[in-house]
Amino acid sequence: MKDSRLTQYLPYLVVGLLALFPLVESTFYMQLLTKVLILAIFAMSLDLLVGYTGLVSFGHAAYFGLAGYALALMAPKYETVSLWWSLPASIGVCALFALITGTLVLRTRGIYFIMVTLAFAQMLFFIFHDTKLGGGSDGIYIYAKPLMKLGEIEVANLEKLEHFYWLVLILTGATYLLLHRILGSTFGRALLGIKVNEHRMRALGFPVFKYQLASFTLSGALAGLAGYMAAVQYGFVNPEILSWHQSGAVLMMVILGGMGTLYGSVIGAFAFVLLQEVLSNQAWFGIAAKHWQLAMGIFIMLVALYMPQGLAGLAQKFRRKPAEEAADE
Amino acid sequence: MTDQKGLPPSPLPAEGGDHGSLRSRAVTVQSRGGPSTELLIEATGLHTFYGVSHILHGVDFSVRKGETIGLMGRNGMGKTTLLKTLLGLVRPREGMVKVRGMDMTQSATHAIARRGIAYVPEGRGIFPNLSVRENLVMAARAGVDGRREWDFDRVIHTFPRLGERLSNGGAQLSGGEQQMLTIGRALMTNPDLLILDEATEGLAPLIAREIWSIIKTIRASGIATVIVDKNYAAVMALANRSVVLVKGRVVFSGDSSELSDNQELMHRFLGV
Repeated sequence: MKDSRLTQYLPYLVVGLLALFPLVESTFYMQLLTKVLILAIFAMSLDLLVGYTGLVSFGHAAYFGLAGYALALMAPKYETVSLWWSLPASIGVCALFALITGTLVLRTRGIYFIMVTLAFAQMLFFIFHDTKLGGGSDGIYIYAKPLMKLGEIEVANLEKLEHFYWLVLILTGATYLLLHRILGSTFGRALLGIKVNEHRMRALGFPVFKYQLASFTLSGALAGLAGYMAAVQYGFVNPEILSWHQSGAVLMMVILGGMGTLYGSVIGAFAFVLLQEVLSNQAWFGIAAKHWQLAMGIFIMLVALYMPQGLAGLAQKFRRKPAEEAADE
Repeated sequence: MTDQKGLPPSPLPAEGGDHGSLRSRAVTVQSRGGPSTELLIEATGLHTFYGVSHILHGVDFSVRKGETIGLMGRNGMGKTTLLKTLLGLVRPREGMVKVRGMDMTQSATHAIARRGIAYVPEGRGIFPNLSVRENLVMAARAGVDGRREWDFDRVIHTFPRLGERLSNGGAQLSGGEQQMLTIGRALMTNPDLLILDEATEGLAPLIAREIWSIIKTIRASGIATVIVDKNYAAVMALANRSVVLVKGRVVFSGDSSELSDNQELMHRFLGV
């Protein structure tokens, strides 16, 4: 293939450029980009479920938000907390919650699965919204960013925007590589098989439920990683971060980017946030900017209708030879 | 016992017959020493329902190690339901399925499959979103006794056509190739029993013949097979034993030549 070298090096080029970004721009766009990368981790975690395991979750924000709350509740109020234990602990809480909810929700399929995942997310939402546990609807402030110290040496100072940005960039890359590795293994192939036909996989001797549960738990844990980072970035958590809007938004990112491609989720996160920024720009769209969700909705509909493979599918289309396309039909 | 034609399940010596059954008898004789007495599957008194429809009416069915069984019957007589019941894909309301002597009537399908049973379902069971290589490698595992006779290389050697298409997507294969891939994938699990449900359905005669010759090779390697196919002559030529289902009941169970020699039974049970 002619373009194989380009496709091979393109990801490194993109990551390299992103790594250099803080040198040219310091505040607003760097923060925006940090947000995008965090959402990219979140979207990739959902793609593992939707795109690779064939399970459409409509409650993925539960794990995202839970990690944020875990950090907020574990951190002493006016002291800094170490990232070395608070991050694994928050992810662990999410993984455990995913493991428990997974054993229940995975007994359902299709529309019921969507509804039950939504129900669990809503339960969590109301626990934090209606009880004093997490400060009710006001949420909790996280006054200090977590510390990254090895002995006396400070590895990174997360109060500095660029340090935090680089950390998130590294974690996004690590998440991609981890998922890429896992999905390329027999485990990943088995998930793809399960997505197509569960019975067939059982008849082949695969314990389908265990595979799905492993995927669900890993997905919840990675959503937790994203949620932790989001909580650190904003410096507070409130019930909104685990609301169904959030679950819907991340699902839209995955669909927009292209399900089952992993990098599509990253593209989807970029596209979603960018669109949101552009469409809600009052200088460009005036009064319509207030109703940016309407334009966004139309855009998502157009993508679903004319680009069912999402933006990643569009990229693939240009890359592939026509013969391959014909053979696919 | 619902066996109306209560013949012993072991292969009988071939008796004299007409010209037409010469071929089938030759095969029967050749394989007579094969099957051992170890039971891979022993199902008794199976009653299976789909909702209120009573599909299987007390079916007894057993497979010995190394044995080849032709499971026959017209459409809708319960062949596929029986296979699915054996694998736990459908649960019987009554009766028992023993796999290698262990009661697995309520066991999970994957646990049954892991006791050495490979199922090639009706309609091609490939995974279109995986390449040919991935389809095969994914399924690889050792047999129940740790055997790894069938590995990637041997499967490719048996199905050279697949070797030419390793990186193609499953959906890009022809019907015959898809069927070969499904059988090849089943062999990757190193089974003791291979269940083939309509493996040659909808295939061009030449391709179907290729599949039959592959089934023969598999049989010769000592793997027991249960074959369901519309091509009764081909099934009976290969099978030590034939089992005929009519309306969810076993109406014949015995030596294949016993059935193929008897025009009246063939007509009554199978309509040919």
